[in-house]
Amino acid sequence: MSLPAALGHLFPLTGAALVGLGLFGFIILRHPLRQLLAVNVIAAGIFLILGGLGRGEDVTDPYPQALVITGIVVSVALTALGAAMITRLAEDRCAPAPTPEPPGDRDA
Amino acid sequence: MTAAFELILCLMILGTACVALLVRDFLAAIAFFVVFGNLMGLAWLALGAVNVALAEIAIGAGVTGVLLILTRGRLLALGEQIDGNPLGHWLNLGAAVVCSAFAVVLGAAVLSIAPDDGLAPVIDRLMPRIGVENPVTGVLLAFRAYDTLLESFVLLGALVAVWSLAPADAWPRAPAALRMTDPAALNVAESFGRLVLPIALVVAAYLVWVGSDRPGGAFQGGTVLAGGFLLAAMGGAMGLPRSDDPAFRWTLVAGPLVFLAIGLAGMALGRFLAYPEGMAKALIVTIEYFLAFSIGVTLALLVAGPPVRAETVP
Repeated sequence: MSLPAALGHLFPLTGAALVGLGLFGFIILRHPLRQLLAVNVIAAGIFLILGGLGRGEDVTDPYPQALVITGIVVSVALTALGAAMITRLAEDRCAPAPTPEPPGDRDA
Repeated sequence: MTAAFELILCLMILGTACVALLVRDFLAAIAFFVVFGNLMGLAWLALGAVNVALAEIAIGAGVTGVLLILTRGRLLALGEQIDGNPLGHWLNLGAAVVCSAFAVVLGAAVLSIAPDDGLAPVIDRLMPRIGVENPVTGVLLAFRAYDTLLESFVLLGALVAVWSLAPADAWPRAPAALRMTDPAALNVAESFGRLVLPIALVVAAYLVWVGSDRPGGAFQGGTVLAGGFLLAAMGGAMGLPRSDDPAFRWTLVAGPLVFLAIGLAGMALGRFLAYPEGMAKALIVTIEYFLAFSIGVTLALLVAGPPVRAETVP
């Protein structure tokens, strides 16, 4: 194997560190939008572990590559939904719904 | 030399991720996140995964960056406070210890797996039968077509979920306009949007076409298209459609529907998503073009967000 053993694990190990870092950010950050950014960092770390472990001597396994592309697209869908939910929550906080709610029907 | 480059690249990735998470100003955080995404793209290039690098830079850095900046602007307009980090020191320290421990365990697990491209030769042997040369496209649209089909429905589902967040009296209007408010900026953005949209269209078509033999593909092409749409919308050269426009709805579902129809037709050959011998490439390229167009429109609409009550007048 011409690839140095330590180098082969460099990107997956970076990915593992990114997952830890993103998790830390997710815990300590208070605003949901910043937490969403942290989730994206975790996702990037997971992709790097998955793709990096497919590294061969001169090619990278195309199978995990395809899975990572799928993952990237799904994670942007998740980010978009999260951002829309956060915006909606902020809207409801700053301007209470204009339609009067029936009494006794308020959710806790 | 390569080792040194990769080591520095990894350190820069970790450094930009740290800044993106911890800097007080959220706009700076987004800027660092975009840099982080581009460095991740470089990492994929170093791994020889050009397809993933394209997707990471276009979607991971580009679309996500635009989405975060747009959401930040909307939240600031609502008077939300995004900056700052009010957790206590001891809690921060505790979280740091727990997360470091988790990263170490994960690292140990990673080290226990030897990097291996074991499936590459298997896929190489199968590639001549489907007539495309890019193995990643082969995996995405032939060997694991099922995943990609579901993924296209996930995107569609995410858009429906985003729309479902619209206030009841806003449905089915258009999303909030993306037009810039500053007249000077709008002037520049309008000309740029008009210039870049046709170029984006050509680049997207090229990326999809070339994707069957070289790096590229439906997702990368679709994202370039989405970028063109968003720039045109920001410059006011293009309005955003109402959510009940039937032509527009057909555009959204065309890609997944064509994919599903071709998959179901494969059942006549005995298996869901089986392509007839000799026609595989033609069918894959057909699916990819429809998919790329639907993905482009869906991504642009995902970024634009749910319908709003009244047209925002700049």
